[in-house]
Amino acid sequence: MRDYLRTHEGEARILIVLAVLIAFLAFASPSFFTAGNFASLMNNNAVNVIWAVGLLVVLIAGGIDISFAVAASVTQYLTALVLLAIGGGDWILGLLFAGAFGIAIGCVNAVLIAGFRITSIIVTIATFNALFGLLMFMTSGRSIYDLPDWWTDRIAAASLGEGASLMLPVAAMAAAMAATWFLITRTTTGRQIYAFGDNPEGARRAGVATVKIQFIAYGWMGLMAGVGGLMQVNLAQEVVPNALIGRELDVLAAIVLGGARLGGGRGSVFGCFLGVMLVAVVQNGLNLLGVSPYAFKMVIGLTILGAISLSNVDLGALLAGGSRRRGHASSH
Amino acid sequence: MTSPSPASPIPASEAIRFEHVSVRFGGVQALDDVSFSVGRGEVHCLAGENGSGKSTLIKVVAGVYQAAPGARTDYFGESVTSLTPKLARARGVAVIWQDLALFPEMSVAENIAFDGLVGAPRLVNYRAIRATARTALAKLGVTLDLAARLRSLPISGRQLVAIARALAADAKLIFMDEPTASLTQAETDHLLAVVRTLSASGVAVVFVSHRLAEVLEVSSRVTVLRDGRLVGVFNAADMTQSRLTELMTGRRFDQAVTARDVGEKPIVVQTAGLTRRGEYEGVDLTVRAGEIVGLIGLIGAGRTELAHTLFGMARADAGVIRLSGSPVAFASNREAIRAGVAYVSEDRLALGLVQPQSIADNTVITILKAITGAGGLISEARKSAAVTKGINEFAIKIGRPDDAVSTLSGGNQQRVVLAKWLATSPRLLILDCPTVGVDVGARDGIYRIVRGLADRGIAILMISDEVSEVYFHSDRVLHMAGGRIVAEFDPRRIAIADLERAVYA
Repeated sequence: MRDYLRTHEGEARILIVLAVLIAFLAFASPSFFTAGNFASLMNNNAVNVIWAVGLLVVLIAGGIDISFAVAASVTQYLTALVLLAIGGGDWILGLLFAGAFGIAIGCVNAVLIAGFRITSIIVTIATFNALFGLLMFMTSGRSIYDLPDWWTDRIAAASLGEGASLMLPVAAMAAAMAATWFLITRTTTGRQIYAFGDNPEGARRAGVATVKIQFIAYGWMGLMAGVGGLMQVNLAQEVVPNALIGRELDVLAAIVLGGARLGGGRGSVFGCFLGVMLVAVVQNGLNLLGVSPYAFKMVIGLTILGAISLSNVDLGALLAGGSRRRGHASSH
Repeated sequence: MTSPSPASPIPASEAIRFEHVSVRFGGVQALDDVSFSVGRGEVHCLAGENGSGKSTLIKVVAGVYQAAPGARTDYFGESVTSLTPKLARARGVAVIWQDLALFPEMSVAENIAFDGLVGAPRLVNYRAIRATARTALAKLGVTLDLAARLRSLPISGRQLVAIARALAADAKLIFMDEPTASLTQAETDHLLAVVRTLSASGVAVVFVSHRLAEVLEVSSRVTVLRDGRLVGVFNAADMTQSRLTELMTGRRFDQAVTARDVGEKPIVVQTAGLTRRGEYEGVDLTVRAGEIVGLIGLIGAGRTELAHTLFGMARADAGVIRLSGSPVAFASNREAIRAGVAYVSEDRLALGLVQPQSIADNTVITILKAITGAGGLISEARKSAAVTKGINEFAIKIGRPDDAVSTLSGGNQQRVVLAKWLATSPRLLILDCPTVGVDVGARDGIYRIVRGLADRGIAILMISDEVSEVYFHSDRVLHMAGGRIVAEFDPRRIAIADLERAVYA
C-alpha cells in the first residue's frame, strides 16, 4: 500500500476522493448505486475518456492540445460526407476514415509545433479557431441527420442486468485505454515520450528522435479525437458542427486531476480515467440530489480546485498523522 | 609552498591520447595545438577558466567537434578519426554535464538504463532495466531504491544515478563537469569514494572544474588550459589551489594580504550563543563598522544557514543577535532590510537577480518605495537617477540600462547585485560566495568594490569556501565547521598553506 502510494501518488489521491464521494452518494441518493446509473455514467463519459487518453499522451510529451474537440467535429463531418458519398460504408471504413482524418489534423499541429517550434498552446488555439471557423463556414452551421444505419444503431457491448447495458462507445473506450496504456508503458517509444516531456534536452542528447516523438503524440491525440468523434455520433445520432465545442477544457481539467502534469513527464491512463469519472460522478450526484443545474459548473469548478490543492499535500505524511507540505517554503 | 613539478611519464596503458588538437570556430582559435591524455583507471583534473577551451576539448573527445587535420586521436590504443557522439559513446566515453541530463519524473532504474530504451522501437523489458540498473549501482558500491522517482533524490543521489547511467552504457572514461558544485562535504566525500572505486575497476574519471581543492586529493594529474593552449600537465600531489589559480589565469594577482586593524570602531552586529538545531550551534561573532570578516567553511558547514538567520529568513532557536547594540528578532527579511541588513545570495542566477528583466529594474527592485513619486507610481526621473548612480559607482559595463541582466558577464552581474543592495544603504552587508561563477580575472574588481564599501563604514561578512578569497580579502577569518565557529585567524599571522590545511583537512 505504502509502495503503491509512493509510486502512484496521483492515482491514489484521486481514488480516495472518488471513493469518499461514491460512498456519500450511495447513502444520499437511492438511485445512485444502481446498474442503470452506472451504465449511464459510463455511456455518457466514454467519449470524454477516449479524448482524455489521447490528450494524456500530448501532456506527457510536455505539450497541450485544445483543438481536439473541434478536430473531432471536423472529423465527424468529413467522415459523414465521405461515407455518404461512397454509399454508406460500415464500422471498419468509418474507423479508418475518422482515424485518418484525426491523425491528419494531429500532424498539422505537430508540423507547426515541432517543425516551426511554436508553443503548443498557441498553435492549438490557432488551429482550434481556424478549424472551427472553416467548419462553420463550409457547413453554414447545418447539421447532418441522415446518417447510415450502422452508425446510429445502438449496440450493447455488455449487459449489466436490470435492463442496463454498456454500449459500444464504452467498449471503444476500453480499447482506447488499453492501447494507450500499452503505448506509453510497454513500448520504448512510450518511455521516450515520457523522457521527452520530462527533459527535452536530456532526451535529445540521449538520441531520442524528438520531432518523431511529437508527431506520435499529436498523431495519437488526433486518432483518439477521430475515434471519439465517431462514437459521439453513435450516441447523439447526428452530426452537429458546434456540439463538441467547450468539452476540451473539461477533459483537460479531468486529466490534470488524474495526476498528469502540465509541463510533461507525468500521467497515467488509470489516473486519466479516474479524473474524468470524478467530474462525472460529481455532476451525476448533483443531478440525483436535485441541485439546480445552474450550480453545476460552480460545484465542479470548486471540486477541481479542491482536488488540485490536495495534490500539494504529502499523502504519506498525511497518513502518518501530520500534513507536511512538500518542498521547502522559501521566503524572498 | 612546493612548486608543482612536470608530471611523471604517462602511464603505459592509456584510455585516450590526444596530440596536436586544434579547433577553430570562424575567427576564434578555441584550441591551439593541445595535447591531452588520460590513463586507464586514472583520475585526472582538467582545469581552466571559462573560455580556456576545456568544454571544447571535452566535446572533441566526445565526438561533438572535430579536431583540425593533423591531430592524433587515440582511444584505448586505437587511432580513431571522424568521430561522432555515437561512436565516442561506443568507444566508452561518457560526459556527465553539470545539468546531468536526467529525467526527474522517471524511476531511478529507467534513468540508469535509459540509453537502452533509445533506438528501434520495441517492447520494454522492465526486468532487464532493473537488472541493468542493479549491476551498474553495484559497480559503484551504492544501493538506491530502483522504483523511486529521480526527483525524490537529492542532487548527490542524482549524480550517482548519472554515473551509474554512464557505467550501464559501458563507459571506460567518464568526464564530470563541476561535479562538486552543489554537494555538501559529506556528499563530496562519498562521491570521491565512488570515484576511487571506479578507478580501481579500471574506469578513468576526468574532473572538469575550476574549484579543485576537493578533488585534487583523489587525482593523479592535472591538465591546465588557458586561452585555448596547454599550460602544462602537473602532478596533483604537488598542486595547491592558489598555484592552480595562477596557472589558469597566467597572472599573479595582487596577492598581498589586505587585512588591517579596525581598532575600536563601533560594533555593528554581534551574536551570542546563536543556535538553530541541525544547522549551526553556539555561534558568537562580531563585525565592526568598516571591517570585513571572512567566514570560511565547506558547503554544509552551516554558513549559509547562519546568514539566512542574520537576514531574517530563518529564526534562531536560541541566542541573541544585536544590531548596533540593540537586540533584534526579525520576523522576515523585509524587517532585516529596513534595519539595514543586506544579503547577496550565493545563487545569483536563481535568487539574486531577475535574469530576463532589465539592468535598471534589477537595480531599483530593493528601493521601489524610495523612487515612488506622486500617486504611488514609480517616478522615472528618480528611478533613472538611482540606476545611473549604481552603474557609475560600480563601474558596471553595460550596453543600455534597459538591456536584460542576462546579457551581462558573471562579474558585471555581481556588480548589479551589489548596486541593488547598496541602494538600500545597509549597515551590514552579507556576501555569500560573492565570486562564484565569476572568472578569476574579474574577481579582483569585485574585491576592490568590497574593500571600498568597508572603507565607507559598512560592516561586511564575507562567506566563502575558497581559502584564498578570505585570506587575501578580509580583516579577520572565522572558520566554520559542523555548524560551529571552530577557529579565528588573522591573515597577517598565518601562512595561506596553513589556513588551507586547517580548512580542507
